[in-house]
Amino acid sequence: MASLVGSRVERKEDGRFITGKGRYTADINIANQTHAVFVRSPHARAKIKGVDTTKALKSSGVVGVLTGKEIAEDKIGGLIAGWAIRSEDGSEMKVPANPPLAKDIANFVGEPIAVVFAETLDEAKEGAEKVKVDYKVLKAVVDPAEAMKSETIHDGVEKNLCYDWLLGDRKAVDEAFAKADKIIKVDLINNRLVPNAMEPRACVVDYNTASEEITLYTTSQNPHLSRLVMSAFGGVAPENKLRVVAPDVGGGFGSKINVYNEEIVCSWASKKIERPIKWVAERTESFLTDTHGRDHVTHAELAVTNDGKFLGFKNETIANLGAYARVFGTVTPTYLFGPCATGVYVIPAAYSNVKAVYTNTAPVDAYRGAGRPEATYTIERLVEKAAMELGIDRTELRMKNFPTQFPFKQTLVHTVDSGDYVAGLEKAKQMADYEGFEARRKKSEANGKLRGIGVSSYFEACGIAPSAAVMSLGCGVGLWESAEVRFNPTGQISVFTGAHSHGQSHQTTFAQIAADELGVPMENIDVVHGDTDKGTFGMGTYGSRSLTVGGIAIVNACKKIVAKGKRVAAKMLEVNEDEIEFKDGEFVALKSNKKKTIGEVAFACYLPGQRDEMKSPIPEGDEPGLIESSFFDPANFSFPAGSHICEVEIDPDTGNVKVEKYTAVDDFGRIVNPMIVEGQVHGGIAQGIGQALHENTQYDETGQLMTASYMDYTMPRADNFPEFNLGFTCTHATSNPLGVKGCGEAGAIASPPTVMNAVIDALGGQEISMPATAEKVWKACKKIKKSNAKAA
Amino acid sequence: MKSFNYHAPKDVKDASKLASSSSAFLAGGMTTIPSMKLGLASYKDVIDIKNIKKLSGIKVSGKTVTVGATTKHVEVASSKEVQKAIPALAKLAGNIGDAQVRNRGTIGGSISNNDPSACYPSACMALNAVIHTNKRKIDAEKFFVGMFETALKNGELVEAIEFQIPEKADYQKHPNPASRYAIIGVFVAKHKKDVNVAVTGAKSCVYIDKDLSKKLSSSFSAAAIEGMEVKSSGMNSDMHASAEYRANLVSLYAKKAVEAC
Ligand SMILES: Cc1cc2nc3c(=O)[nH]c(=O)nc-3n(C[C@H](O)[C@H](O)[C@H](O)COP(=O)(O)OP(=O)(O)OC[C@H]3O[C@@H](n4cnc5c(N)ncnc54)[C@H](O)[C@@H]3O)c2cc1C
Repeated sequence: MASLVGSRVERKEDGRFITGKGRYTADINIANQTHAVFVRSPHARAKIKGVDTTKALKSSGVVGVLTGKEIAEDKIGGLIAGWAIRSEDGSEMKVPANPPLAKDIANFVGEPIAVVFAETLDEAKEGAEKVKVDYKVLKAVVDPAEAMKSETIHDGVEKNLCYDWLLGDRKAVDEAFAKADKIIKVDLINNRLVPNAMEPRACVVDYNTASEEITLYTTSQNPHLSRLVMSAFGGVAPENKLRVVAPDVGGGFGSKINVYNEEIVCSWASKKIERPIKWVAERTESFLTDTHGRDHVTHAELAVTNDGKFLGFKNETIANLGAYARVFGTVTPTYLFGPCATGVYVIPAAYSNVKAVYTNTAPVDAYRGAGRPEATYTIERLVEKAAMELGIDRTELRMKNFPTQFPFKQTLVHTVDSGDYVAGLEKAKQMADYEGFEARRKKSEANGKLRGIGVSSYFEACGIAPSAAVMSLGCGVGLWESAEVRFNPTGQISVFTGAHSHGQSHQTTFAQIAADELGVPMENIDVVHGDTDKGTFGMGTYGSRSLTVGGIAIVNACKKIVAKGKRVAAKMLEVNEDEIEFKDGEFVALKSNKKKTIGEVAFACYLPGQRDEMKSPIPEGDEPGLIESSFFDPANFSFPAGSHICEVEIDPDTGNVKVEKYTAVDDFGRIVNPMIVEGQVHGGIAQGIGQALHENTQYDETGQLMTASYMDYTMPRADNFPEFNLGFTCTHATSNPLGVKGCGEAGAIASPPTVMNAVIDALGGQEISMPATAEKVWKACKKIKKSNAKAA
Repeated sequence: MKSFNYHAPKDVKDASKLASSSSAFLAGGMTTIPSMKLGLASYKDVIDIKNIKKLSGIKVSGKTVTVGATTKHVEVASSKEVQKAIPALAKLAGNIGDAQVRNRGTIGGSISNNDPSACYPSACMALNAVIHTNKRKIDAEKFFVGMFETALKNGELVEAIEFQIPEKADYQKHPNPASRYAIIGVFVAKHKKDVNVAVTGAKSCVYIDKDLSKKLSSSFSAAAIEGMEVKSSGMNSDMHASAEYRANLVSLYAKKAVEAC
């Protein structure tokens, strides 16, 4: 039987998504449901002096109104930061309380203050307008660079500083810098991004008054984790009385990791008002309250020798957490960022210092790549600038500093098990026709245009993660993943996974790997996820972990099925177990060539007997049934890597930047489904180009989000992109039996610096910040014109 | 969205009878519906005018092109007659927003709304259009009064827009990357006697750039306006573009338009 792993199997999901048959949270309606509308703070920072609900309660159709007072009285817990970070001086991070409904103070525009439940959505909206909140507006802290000098937002959090974290050795870095011929410096802003999942957040809650069980349908990337958090920290219900279902979810990109205010409030309230509740975010609510991404202010330096050897690296970053620290909010700018900031290079001495600050803006958390795009942007801007200043070809300089021996002990944390960075960059150069660039530049110049080329080489630590490792670094949970493989008596198979698909196509990829392991057609396999009542506990999907951790749990569970099948088949065929070989779905007795298919064995496991004969196929010590589970905890992160090359053309009259060519060569280890992987890379690159050229989240000085709709926030569109030119190299991961590395975030990690390096190259080295909008680029072009005029 | 009474009259008379100070006409709904959904506007009566046959369609006579108020952008863009008589107008319509907007949005809705960054008002100004309403005829120059403001009286309905066919014309637009409205749009029309350069997006309301128009009237070539500086004073400055950038785009796109004529 041909292996399914490695083939471009069509997505099982496509049919329902393309024909509108997907079933999303907002598609779910429960008889007798009420509709929830949240009353949100219109101010970025304001004391709440009082909330008057009398008029709202009398409003037509209103069933109930709840505020921060009631939720506090019921001792429902707030939102949590999932990762404890320590400052350089050893002190613990400072995390303010984040109640699900703000009671005394509101800290960002959109923060929920109260909730109105009514028979219809219109009535709920009308009711919400009648809730009168008495605010005393305070001065908002908006700019992260100024936050430490501004007045404090949260009691007890001095200088608005959550932590002042250090990774690395300052002294060693100072010594390295003292030996350098040249110090390359950059000042960077990693622009804040709104994730913009196509499906806005939503929840439907059904409290069963008989069983006292709460069922929460929600837009989550990790339903099991949501249940754990809501139960253990929210105190909403015991875990066995709380069922969390995340049905089809239309994109997450990190923004649906968190358990949000609305989910906690509606779950608590459904029990209180004894009615089902439905809440669906409007797009503006998504803009205002989904966790945002990035938002770093960085100063970084690279110490180099004249012949292009890297000696040392330092990184001083201010990371904006927004108003509160959320689940991955504190780790994203530290352990997901700092270790990767030295990039794919041998740099003997390095440190990353990150000050995470609170501001009166939407909370910032993991967003596709989480920390690694920020890291790659930092080092790759430095390296590109170093090449320019040293007069060494950018690719030669990179190759000179790549590690050539694997495992590679990277300067700060990771030991990278496998890779071949030179091969990746060579292939990218060839595919991009790097050598032919100067001719293309001349051609553009002849047309009055400026053309630039940019390269970036990246690696990332993903497949999060080895539990012991992450828990030693402050993570509040272990990051293993689980699977259960359930052979049903008639031969169909249910594969349960704790991972969750919201665009990643697990129903296809996971079926491919299980089909290969079990030797059955893919059609016989149904991949089940997203329901805490179905299957074992799991940690969910983020950090490019689903295949590298969750997929391996499936493989291991399948191996247990085969092992038991072997024992049963041996008994059925009356031979010793070691005389049985499993191949292509059949257990074959080697000597006699008699066989049992895996389906026959499964059937026998469920019907272990025969008419007129006292005979069981189940060996002594084994039990009937054919169900196996596995919890996989990886030994290491996985480390995808690659090199991307971009060419842009700039119209100096308008400043318009056109991405002319984009080449990506990635090493994701073994690839299960090339078509799906290419789709993931396309999406990632699109998001990265969005960050580099288009997406521009802007708060005004009072903390109002100026870009809270698609009329003002530029999402990149198909006509902003060229056809992407993709290639792959392959070195297998050694930390898992499939040799897979993960591909979900790579595109978004590599592409912002690739594009910006190209833009800056076209501008003759002039620094420009992301997003490189037409007007900014036009201004830079004017400067070039001026200096050219002077020279002439 | 607040609930409202929906009406779909079959003729203009009924439509105007239904109109009051708390009503709105509904054409493509591309502006009206989002503003109602966002709570920026609410009406007691919404009067859908799409069923009024008379308001839709394109007529070309010797000297003019008349477009009915509820004619959709896609219809103007793909009309063979418009493409022949005033290709620039078809081009303008074909570059409005995105396909969804063009499939629903109407010319009457566009000019009645008079968004400072809408495209059609510049065509009306440059092509000496006459706006036909159920009450009177208004010259474009008098029709566009200010930001989101027109000469229309309460309950007055635009029936058609009559454009003068120029000798040559072109429309050039620098789209807002988010909404794809015009950051700047320049409509250049060369008529027998003179040239009009209408600019949208730059200020609170569409206008004729008199200096550019004059220069081009005496010599219709890009060279004639080469190096002519457009003043940025009075121009919009917002997060999408500064006044200085807008001024640069006006002179640039005026030149491009002349070159494309
Ligand atoms: C995403 C997006 C992008 C857009 N991009 C562009 C662009 O690039 N260029 C551009 O020019 N426009 C653009 N538009 C505007 C669009 O093209 C429509 O023209 C505009 O939204 C209004 O037209 P409508 O037919 O939808 O009118 P409606 O929304 O139905 O009505 C708008 C207003 O006009 C009134 N009205 C409608 N018809 C009449 C009438 N016959 N008489 C009197 N009053 C009337 C209504 O009462 C209402 O007040 C864009 C819109 C969107 C949503």
